Amino acid sequence: MGMTEAILLTIATAATPLLIAALGELVVERSGVLNLGVEGMMIMGAVGGFAAASLTGNPWIGILIAILFGAITSLAFAFLTLSLAANQVATGLALTILGLGLSGLIGEPFVGQAGIKLSNISIPVLTDLPLVGPLLFGQDPIFYMSIALVIGVAWFLFRTRFGLTLRSIGDNHISAHALGIPVLRYRYFAVMFGGACAGLAGGHLSLVYTPQWVENMSAGRGWIALALVVFASWRPARVLAGAYLFGAVSIGQLHAQALGVGVPSQLLTALPYIATIVVLVLISQNVRTTLINTPAMLGRAFVPER
Amino acid sequence: MDQGEVLLKLEGISKYYGSFKANDQISLEILPGEIHALLGENGAGKSTLVKMLYGSLQPDEGRIIWEGQEVHVPNPAAARDLGVGMVFQHFSLFDALTVAENVALALPPGKSLKQVAKELEEISTSYGLPLKANARIHDLSVGERQRVEIVRCLLQHPKLIIMDEPTSVLTPQEAEDLFKVLRRLSDEGKAILYISHKLAEVQALCQEATILRHGKVVGECVPGDETPISLAKMMVGSDIHEISPRDVAVAHGDVMLQVKSLSLSGLSGFDTALKDISFMLHAGEISGIAGIAGNGQNELFDAVSGERVSEEECILIKGEPVGNMGIQKRRKLGAMFISEERLGHAAVPEFALSENVILTRHGLDKSLNKGPFVSRRAAKKVKDDIVAKFDVRKGSSDPTAQSLSGGNLQKFVLGREVMGDAEIIVVNQPTWGVDAGSAAHIRQWLVDLAAKGAAVLVISQDLDELFEVADAIATLNEGRLSPFVPTRSTDRHKIGLQMTSGTLEQA
Repeated sequence: MGMTEAILLTIATAATPLLIAALGELVVERSGVLNLGVEGMMIMGAVGGFAAASLTGNPWIGILIAILFGAITSLAFAFLTLSLAANQVATGLALTILGLGLSGLIGEPFVGQAGIKLSNISIPVLTDLPLVGPLLFGQDPIFYMSIALVIGVAWFLFRTRFGLTLRSIGDNHISAHALGIPVLRYRYFAVMFGGACAGLAGGHLSLVYTPQWVENMSAGRGWIALALVVFASWRPARVLAGAYLFGAVSIGQLHAQALGVGVPSQLLTALPYIATIVVLVLISQNVRTTLINTPAMLGRAFVPER
Repeated sequence: MDQGEVLLKLEGISKYYGSFKANDQISLEILPGEIHALLGENGAGKSTLVKMLYGSLQPDEGRIIWEGQEVHVPNPAAARDLGVGMVFQHFSLFDALTVAENVALALPPGKSLKQVAKELEEISTSYGLPLKANARIHDLSVGERQRVEIVRCLLQHPKLIIMDEPTSVLTPQEAEDLFKVLRRLSDEGKAILYISHKLAEVQALCQEATILRHGKVVGECVPGDETPISLAKMMVGSDIHEISPRDVAVAHGDVMLQVKSLSLSGLSGFDTALKDISFMLHAGEISGIAGIAGNGQNELFDAVSGERVSEEECILIKGEPVGNMGIQKRRKLGAMFISEERLGHAAVPEFALSENVILTRHGLDKSLNKGPFVSRRAAKKVKDDIVAKFDVRKGSSDPTAQSLSGGNLQKFVLGREVMGDAEIIVVNQPTWGVDAGSAAHIRQWLVDLAAKGAAVLVISQDLDELFEVADAIATLNEGRLSPFVPTRSTDRHKIGLQMTSGTLEQA
């Protein structure tokens, strides 16, 4: 495997958790809910996945538990913000703090343990093709899931009645309620889907990306996923582009450090985050487009009239 | 009439919010093909009643009998299954979605978007309500949005159509077109429950009327047999105060407010840009600006009041350029501004009235300040003065702004602004959502202020109001202002045409 292939592969691996978490959050935000707890749900998925995999010896059970942990964590958010109409911003921040703390506690016995890696797939002949072989047919299973998820989410949102209904709730929950659409039920499902995705992204971190458990190993990826959703102006295909752009920058800076570029390493490490800020600033230049694409109900609580 | 023919019968419907009776023992009957008016002031309980019919709210007492059978309407989908359709007052459309998507959401599942698009274009053409299925709602005019609502309703093949204040957003011409459609639907045997507080149109359109006041049925009549005065009396429960005219022959004084070539781009995708607006407002004069909602009224108000700054020379108060000044500096020059939204804009909903006094008057009324601190006692005194002078009715001595009714809060807000020495008064939608009694008082005060020499600019969607108080009227259409014409030399029809002429040119 050549250098180019290796770099492209690591970019895909770095982009996959961002892509999955951002797609989940995109569905949540399309329903009009702002869940800032992506980081917390992701780290819960990471610790749950790692623990389950090392207890059972099966990384697939780890992945399943990671999804479950993310979804359960999001259920707490859903109950507080949807059923009790608590402030979404505050609750989301609390969820992140809770997730980071709780995962440290759960993960305590697993610190320093060797992890179990979910192995890359391998198809005879195809995987051995030059360049495209490893990229198309030799990656980890979660990578393929992430691509399927982009297509699935896009199809769901823009081609199905459920997706249309979900978008209508994000656009105007009062009108949706007046038409008899069960606003809160849809939002519960959306939030739990977002949680499951964040959990899966976390599982990818602790079972594929760096197969071990380290406290705070999500390292701000949840926040980047949140920024990606805005960056993508709530469109799945653009989330894909954004996640890979960010993956490329974060891998690029590692290689730049290895090559000994004459720039302080701290600056290089900060590069992906600087890139996020720059992109967000550039996007907010066009206020008009951003406003039209933004789900109008984003972050607003819905309390049905009685 | 044979009893079996009755389409809908309500018996003793009641809805309580705590001790407040929004609807109290309401009964009425509607026959197929009948256009039945539900008349009442804001807050009389009309909307509450129809929400129960449409399943958005549940009655606490009473029976709904549909085609002879008692029914329970747990949600809007159940109402649609029965054959009840609704056209909402505040449109229940989704701005970011297309016309076809909006319609599809209200239909039972099973049809593809293409089928829905085709059917809606067919039905809209056959009723003379042309629509493009792929247009996005936020690109449509208010009249077109209402068409979407009506077509969406018709595609459900309803037997009863509820229309909640359908003409409040239409020009007189658009309203005429709507009436044609409604008469045709009535001829086809569809019943229409028509909610309004506009008496003339109820008289022209409806065969029966039920009148609500404070949640109770206070009368039933054939509107054609009544006079507008007698209907108004039933609605309000007392005689309506008539405006006593002032002597308009008095020559207008100095130019108090001048707007010169004001152009402002819209802040967001949903705002209207203002295009080259110029006018002058003299002392002792009331000028009115008419227009359909969303044609730049709020943007113009924001620019004149200083909520948005513009080029310095674009706006002059008493000859002084103020375009780049904030609202407080303009107040100090003697200009007062009363914005459209009472709650959340003109007043902070959770704040007491005395605290709301401080918000706009602290820079003008030195008695409100004690060094760097606020004098609550002085604020309460100002509040008491406003309450007494402007007849604000309230429950406790210093209630929160949100606990007042729309009419009383509007009187309070108006009073707060004009208590001092207001020389220029700019007011946006002064009587929107205000009961008829308070509205008459508010108009009278505006007239009195002008009689004392103040320059008054009234921005309103209510043409009746403008013709009642204004000396000259201009229209705002897609951010452009027409020249002012004296009220006496124009009429509602001409102004109505002006309100849409821009759109006609484009079509």
